[in-house]
Amino acid sequence: MPPPLQAQRLLLSHRRLAPSHRRLFTVVSSLPSAPTLATGAVPSSILSIRESLLSGERTAADITADYLSRLRRTEPSVRSFIHVADAAAEREAEELDRRIATGGREAVGPLAGVIFGVKDNLCTANMPSTGGSRILDGYRPAYDATAVRRLREADAIVVGKTNLDEFGMGSTTEGSGFQVTTNPWDDSRVPGGSSGGSASAVSARQCVVSLGSDTGGSVRQPASFCGVVGLKPTYGRVSRFGLMAYASSLVVVGCFGSSVIDTATILSVIAGHDKMDSTSSSHYVPDYKSELIPQDLLESKPLNGTRIGIIQETLGEGVETGVISSIKAAASHLEQLGSVVEEVSLPSFCLGLPAYYILASSEASSNLSRYDGIRYGRQISADDLNELYGGSRANSLGHEVKMRILMGTYALSAGYYDAYYKRAQQVRTLVKKSFNEALERYDILVSPAAPSAAYKIGEKINDPLAMYAGDIMTVNVNLAGLPALVVLCGFVEGGSAGLPVGLQMIGSPFSERASYDAAVNRLCLPDGFEASRIKFQDRFHGVY
Amino acid sequence: MALTLLRGIRTPTLFRRNAGLFFTTIHPPLSSFTTRAESAQATESKAAPKSIQLATKEAAEHKKQGFEAVIGIETHVQLSTVTKAFCSCPYNYGSQPNSTVCPTCMGHPGTLPVLNAKVVECAVKLGLALNCEISMTSKFDRKQYFYPDLPKGYQISQFDIPIAKEGYLDLDLPVEFGGGHRRFGVTRVHIEEDAGKLLHSESGSYSQVDLNRAGVPLLEIVSEPDMRTGIEAAEYGAEIQRLVRYLGVSNGNMQEGSLRCDVNVSVRPVGQSKFGTKVEIKNMNSFSAINRAIDYEISRQIVLHKEGQADQIVQETRLWDESSQKTFTMRKKEGLADYRYFPEPDLPEVVLTSDYIDEIHKSMPELPEAKRRRYENMGLSMQDVLFLANDDNVARFFDSTLEHGADAKLAANWIMGDIAAYLKNEKLSIDEIKLTPLELSELIASIKNGTISGKIGKEILIELIAKGGTVKSVIEEKDLVQIADPAAIEAMVDQALADNPKQLEQYRAGKTKLQGFFAGQVMKASKGKANPVLLNKILGEKLNANS
Repeated sequence: MPPPLQAQRLLLSHRRLAPSHRRLFTVVSSLPSAPTLATGAVPSSILSIRESLLSGERTAADITADYLSRLRRTEPSVRSFIHVADAAAEREAEELDRRIATGGREAVGPLAGVIFGVKDNLCTANMPSTGGSRILDGYRPAYDATAVRRLREADAIVVGKTNLDEFGMGSTTEGSGFQVTTNPWDDSRVPGGSSGGSASAVSARQCVVSLGSDTGGSVRQPASFCGVVGLKPTYGRVSRFGLMAYASSLVVVGCFGSSVIDTATILSVIAGHDKMDSTSSSHYVPDYKSELIPQDLLESKPLNGTRIGIIQETLGEGVETGVISSIKAAASHLEQLGSVVEEVSLPSFCLGLPAYYILASSEASSNLSRYDGIRYGRQISADDLNELYGGSRANSLGHEVKMRILMGTYALSAGYYDAYYKRAQQVRTLVKKSFNEALERYDILVSPAAPSAAYKIGEKINDPLAMYAGDIMTVNVNLAGLPALVVLCGFVEGGSAGLPVGLQMIGSPFSERASYDAAVNRLCLPDGFEASRIKFQDRFHGVY
Repeated sequence: MALTLLRGIRTPTLFRRNAGLFFTTIHPPLSSFTTRAESAQATESKAAPKSIQLATKEAAEHKKQGFEAVIGIETHVQLSTVTKAFCSCPYNYGSQPNSTVCPTCMGHPGTLPVLNAKVVECAVKLGLALNCEISMTSKFDRKQYFYPDLPKGYQISQFDIPIAKEGYLDLDLPVEFGGGHRRFGVTRVHIEEDAGKLLHSESGSYSQVDLNRAGVPLLEIVSEPDMRTGIEAAEYGAEIQRLVRYLGVSNGNMQEGSLRCDVNVSVRPVGQSKFGTKVEIKNMNSFSAINRAIDYEISRQIVLHKEGQADQIVQETRLWDESSQKTFTMRKKEGLADYRYFPEPDLPEVVLTSDYIDEIHKSMPELPEAKRRRYENMGLSMQDVLFLANDDNVARFFDSTLEHGADAKLAANWIMGDIAAYLKNEKLSIDEIKLTPLELSELIASIKNGTISGKIGKEILIELIAKGGTVKSVIEEKDLVQIADPAAIEAMVDQALADNPKQLEQYRAGKTKLQGFFAGQVMKASKGKANPVLLNKILGEKLNANS
């Protein structure tokens, strides 16, 4: 029986051999420079919606109609939604308008008129919730996931359910049981995954913000691929109730937005203890969006005193040079803003990936047992019980899901448990320890969010190990349960406008605020960002 | 509303291998036990505890044949908490199928377990009552297998760190079974959730799932393999039942499945330290059935040993069949089931404080063993002790009667005699009658001080049991005060002698038995109120004086 460490070497060697990673990209700063937008041109979408709504400039119906029309226009190429709840969204918007008309601004919640997408592994009452799996085709839960409920209670409007790799297992959204989502920056490329639908929907402005879930990078990697802000909160920060479990000890509900302040706003609403989830934290929930460093202070070295560590192991072999240079450029930008940036080594970093895949698969093999076709979901007709189980699951679950169930079942089996599951837990403890030590010396650790920018659809679909290797930047953060924020920090060549590269900022538990401060909106974007962004807008969604 | 959860599937072969009997059992995969019990029996025994003496006939009988049985018991106790273990559904035995279910106990996507704190309290109570070491930190694990009555595909249980472990249970065997005190080891007590139930159609062509019971909290108590006979095992079960009732954690009802015992039985030649191959027996729904099933199984195994067919004893699950009074094979164990236990990631560890445990300790009532020892010290016979202590309600009545000043022996006699007979006839329990402990103590006092005779006492007792009231009021109302005035009795005696000259003649001719006849006549005339001692004294004097 090979010890788990060998399995890890295998993964890494695949990663090194992947030819796609050998291609060199130049940093997009070489792209022709375009007129820079004025400071404050990337405002909070949520804030501007609120202002226009409450000033009477626009109605919730107008705002909803805008988003729905853009959604209808872009959806045929992006395919980020499995289910669009347009009629319900319009109804809710009209209801909001009525309340504003009769009760004024006090009558509506803080997120009134904010159109949001929900990753389809989060339950939404009376709306299809499939987890991207055919086995739940047609399933409509009776309840909202807590995160969804809290957004709805703040009067945000659900526009639909976004596509994902089946039950969150995958890094490209190609693993969906329903459709393949494309990257709005280049429709021949993947949006990343597993929350690919949520990332591409925000990127294409099909909605203002969206909810995702992050088990091993499922919010951060697609945020990086799609050039949006992606937040993975601390484990336990947001209730998991209503989130279809894949790996319970690793996953947290996260969110996407087009600005840092928008994700901060969403986090303030969805965070906090929930009596329906015993693993949710009762740690104090601050107003994450208040007192973020204002953009007009950017010249005054606002990050003075902040210690930032670049994780050495994330800038080595197997990482695209374009990604590395984007991160380094972002780092020097952070330095210019007053922070001290140093390289830091996390020796256990490369152990995380195999440990993650063992733990995640083990938990998945158990969590997915409930999809047996007995109480809900697809059921085949069969003559005996084993056939019923086998048939229902074999017909309706996808390859990747089956593979992980098998791997997890194996890892938990008598005689293998100690060598795999237990050993992986030990590695997890090591990873946690090394992150905690580093976070004693640094306020924030930074790294790329993924070793490459978005790759082509189909490129890794038959090479799961190469795909798993792409999670190297993110899985450790889940093992350690830390918060991390991904913001756009540069571009590499590709597509018509270049391909976005995300910077991952990792903080101590419950220090989401620190990452926000360091990110201060588009703080770390090098020159050339605006050029790409404008090109992207022109090509894709026109004005927004 | 019997919701068909197995939506329209035909399962003709589904349970074929289990024959018809499977239908009557609760749950094969859940109760087929695992590595824990396996290893408990497989390891070399540290010889039976010294307290085990071969006092009972059966054990002596087996030993005579050169064999000894080894018995271990797994008991599942269903807790009578208001809500289920991990969701807020209520549970009531016998409710309409699928009427007490919610997304969580039905295993819907995205639902999470939230531990009912009451369950931990019950577990700690029972753990303390079983003299266990309580784990200050314990955790939950998932036990995984597929079955339609198990909604999540795993049962939340406790694997390597149970909430309580290494305890023991003291009991006294009934006098009619030879008596004797026993101490049986308790390996562990852990928390888990119950599964639902399958309802099979009469034709056997389909099955339906009732999830009312899914998620109901259970405590599983695993004993050491310390028992040697059926009666020891049955009494162990009965003592567990008394404990859970004393503690108020369960109704302990076997018919409703609130208390289920699975026993493991093996037989080995006397003197051998290694255990024989063990067989698991299920489907016993009374302690008497446990006793009979085990004794049958021991005999079956001994016969096989003696016939040189010990290899026919295989590790298997057998069912007790009440009609034929036999056990027979339900299924053979094909190797060890692998439940792929791993820590439940949806629930945090259960961390207890010593204050919490102390608080529970303080709140616990006097337990059966302490009660028995206390009664024994009062000078009561073991028969009395067991009768009084076995039923919590009876013990409370008895203790209360003593608190009002009654003599222990007299109170015991009344309770075990007239009161018990009444309860048996009327099928009532002692807390359902109108007689109060205070009035029983009054009654005993009235007899002792001669206000009423014992015979009148019995009449009053029945009156009090049925209608209530006080001893005083009944005595006054019915004018039952004993006649203790010698002159009045003498007058009645004279009258009786005068009224029955023929009998008097016969007495004097030597038929002295007739004294009883005269006494009866006097009693009749006094409506039973004449003091019997005085009456006999005076009557004797009169009869003999004139001879």
